[in-house]
Amino acid sequence: MTAYTKGSGATWVGRSIRRLEDPALVTGRGRFTGDLAAAHWVRFVRSPVASGRIGSIKAPPGAWIVTAGDLAGVKPIRPMLHKFAYRPVAQPILAEGVVRFVGEPLAAVIAASREEAEDVADQVIADISATAAVIDCRAALETTAPPIHAQAPGNVVVEGIVKTPGFDDAWNGAYQVVALETRSRRQNATPLEPRAGHAAFDATTGRVTLTCATQMPHLTRTAIADILGMPENQLRVIAPDVGGGFGQKMSLAPEYVLLVWLARRHKSSFAWTEDRRENLIAAFHARDQYISLQGAFDAHAKIIALKADIVTNVGAYSCYPTTCGVEPLMAMAELPGPYDVRHYECRARGVLTNTCTMAPYRGVSRPVITFALERLMDKAAKRFDLDPVEIRRRNLIDAFPYRTATGLEYDQASYRQTLEMAATLVDLPAFRARQKQARAQNRHLGVGFAAFCERTGYGSPAFAARGMDITPGWETAVVSVDPSGFVEARVGTSPHGQGLRTTLAQIIADEIGVSPDKVSIVHGDTDRAPYGWGTFASRSLVIGGGATLAAARKVRAKLVRIASHMLEAAPEDILLGDGEARVAGTDRSLPIAVLAREAYTQTHRFKGEIDPGLAEQGTYDPPGTFSNACHAAVVEVDIETGRVKLERFIVAEDAGRLINPMIADGQVHGGVAQGIGNALFEEIVYDETGNILTSTLADYLPPTAREIPPIELQHLETASPNSLTQAKGLGEGGAIGAPAAVINALNDALAPFGVEINEMPATPQRIRALLRNAGVPS
Amino acid sequence: MKPSQRVNITLTINGRDYAIAVEPRRTLADAIREDCGQTGTHIGCEHGVCGACTVIVEGEPIRSCLMFAVQADGKKIRTVEGLADGETLHPMQQAFMDHHGLQCGFCTPGFLMLAVGVLEREPDISDEELLDVLSSNLCRCTGYQNIIKAVRAGAKEMRHR
Repeated sequence: MTAYTKGSGATWVGRSIRRLEDPALVTGRGRFTGDLAAAHWVRFVRSPVASGRIGSIKAPPGAWIVTAGDLAGVKPIRPMLHKFAYRPVAQPILAEGVVRFVGEPLAAVIAASREEAEDVADQVIADISATAAVIDCRAALETTAPPIHAQAPGNVVVEGIVKTPGFDDAWNGAYQVVALETRSRRQNATPLEPRAGHAAFDATTGRVTLTCATQMPHLTRTAIADILGMPENQLRVIAPDVGGGFGQKMSLAPEYVLLVWLARRHKSSFAWTEDRRENLIAAFHARDQYISLQGAFDAHAKIIALKADIVTNVGAYSCYPTTCGVEPLMAMAELPGPYDVRHYECRARGVLTNTCTMAPYRGVSRPVITFALERLMDKAAKRFDLDPVEIRRRNLIDAFPYRTATGLEYDQASYRQTLEMAATLVDLPAFRARQKQARAQNRHLGVGFAAFCERTGYGSPAFAARGMDITPGWETAVVSVDPSGFVEARVGTSPHGQGLRTTLAQIIADEIGVSPDKVSIVHGDTDRAPYGWGTFASRSLVIGGGATLAAARKVRAKLVRIASHMLEAAPEDILLGDGEARVAGTDRSLPIAVLAREAYTQTHRFKGEIDPGLAEQGTYDPPGTFSNACHAAVVEVDIETGRVKLERFIVAEDAGRLINPMIADGQVHGGVAQGIGNALFEEIVYDETGNILTSTLADYLPPTAREIPPIELQHLETASPNSLTQAKGLGEGGAIGAPAAVINALNDALAPFGVEINEMPATPQRIRALLRNAGVPS
Repeated sequence: MKPSQRVNITLTINGRDYAIAVEPRRTLADAIREDCGQTGTHIGCEHGVCGACTVIVEGEPIRSCLMFAVQADGKKIRTVEGLADGETLHPMQQAFMDHHGLQCGFCTPGFLMLAVGVLEREPDISDEELLDVLSSNLCRCTGYQNIIKAVRAGAKEMRHR
């Protein structure tokens, strides 16, 4: 079976070759954590109450149970920020004394099979006296609210404040102020593979191997070694095939820490696979935010200042490694978006509640701030009687580099061009005519736009600015050619569906002159891959790709030197390609496999001028590059039922150079689908006591093939000076623009009824409630 | 439960017989994966919603998390491991690769078995009906665009065989 096709063009980069990952995955030969057998299965007993004091935990006779009291010397999970008034709250691996959310691990039951472990866990009786719980983050800010952690009185765990010089004067000089209150409800990233871990003790070496569904294998090793007080070389972490992550699998799961503790202590193997209910109630949540946003405009509808108050519900604990500051602080830093706005005032707070811990999910805050800002632009357009394209045209940045009000530097991009591309595809005048006709027939169409830019591929300086105790950012790759001519790249990024094996192989293939199927990529194994930060924040192809390119260039240089030596030609006359080194203008050539063999087995011929072997390391730590896009949605709303049907979805996007356009399109498609889910369907619902009412996939509703329209996609490729490969990140963008475009389209459709919806998801119930209040019968 | 309470059954998976002893409550999905070692079938929700565990039993695509293993005793079961003919991929597998119909690959076996099972019964199913069929499984990575393309292309190839 052919794993790739050779398309047209002079380079492998830029071609839609088939993915090298796929042959195993389509034949059932993928290897996921849950496929591993274990001597023991673990089932977690989870808190049934949102807040309470633990009295006793009683297991049936003969049961093997572990509770907090057994974990002497095990530290809690305590990520740290050194800025933004951050309060370092800690999460014990198993609840200690108190519980703080429904689903928090109270105890672990161990048995020979999963069924037995579940049977025993069902018989465990936890005596917990419930205390007052607080679920909503605005309620948690009230002075009467109970504190979730003693370290954070008032429940504010992190607070960012920014106010640009001259803000008040600018604000007071406004011609119009447009104000908006938005609410983004809570979501779950919902990877199809729930979290799973398997820890096995090796009696020969005394080491433990933790195989788990993680996006960050090395940091998982560091974190667990710190928490358990063990040397890192005693722990190997493997991320095998991982069934989607979307951020949820980048934060440290306390369950994995316990598995390693068990394997070390009992010198055996222990496995845990969470069920879907556990994933929905106790894996990480996201997006729970209130934003109050005001925009000051001049008489020409040009925005001059933005004022925002952001309140984020971060749940009961702080996620490791980013801390719960990730949502409010990213919202604060990036809210002004693609618009030229010089004056900005913002307060962003992360607030503790008795709910599941929040963590990064694809887009991290940007879907929410883009939704707020793009709603503001549409409201302003109405106020100024402009169409949604014109108001954006007047405000989008079009000179680069551009330094934002919060000090971010936007590199070369195409904000206005992508707006015009989307507008051309929509054909606004024709749409307005069709909309008018449809309204006459009591059918309600709407169009919505969302322009945004997205910080991607940012290295350690950007993380350092956040004040994280652990500063991720850089990546390392080791590219080697073995004596038989096969190329291997070992990388610290850890893909889980993004096709990085293929795209990195394309990058290397062009440098070294071999085809991508001669390149294997090793990742997701701390014993084999160099230390790296994993895959998140749209970083892997930019930073991991840059490190890989840097290493491949060194390998190329060495191959040229060896070829020059063997072919007795000047280095500048050596050409690498099609698996061989040629001397330009001659018929003299040698296969790269021969050069590689020489590098190991005939080094005496180099007379000390060339080092033995053929392996080179590259690292890359870029400042960050901003992708951009304009999304547009066309919807039809059934005003009697509140059902929203998507008719068209358009994406005009620019993520720099496309390494593999097929894979890039796939990333955008997937992001848009999650964004549509965000806008219309997906919501984790808590009742007032803190129980989750949406604990199956029949209640929590990721979209199906029926809900996603054909996605019309156009690319621009603006090269960035901040990316070695010229590629910008694009893993998250689809999810960032889609919610705003859909909600704007919905509001456009509802305009004749004088109602406005600024809450996500805009479910049929919420739409109908608005229409009912406006007197529209069902 | 004690082993004595287990029931002896035979599952015929991809033409091979597996004589196993299972508790009556064991799902077919668990039996296929753990007792028969065929881990290509994945479990995504155990509620019959996501369809990752879809296999073909006696010609019908079914959710193997909603069937007990004892109910499949003596029945012919096909899983993703049995789709290819040696190293020659089934047209649907090839179509998923050609059209980038998968990313993380976790839902893929379920989509393949769903599509193959339905198309073997109804080779001339309309595009609209096919969309309804595909909306019975969940994928979180692809946004379905390329799954739909792949299944339509695979259907065409299956008709030509």
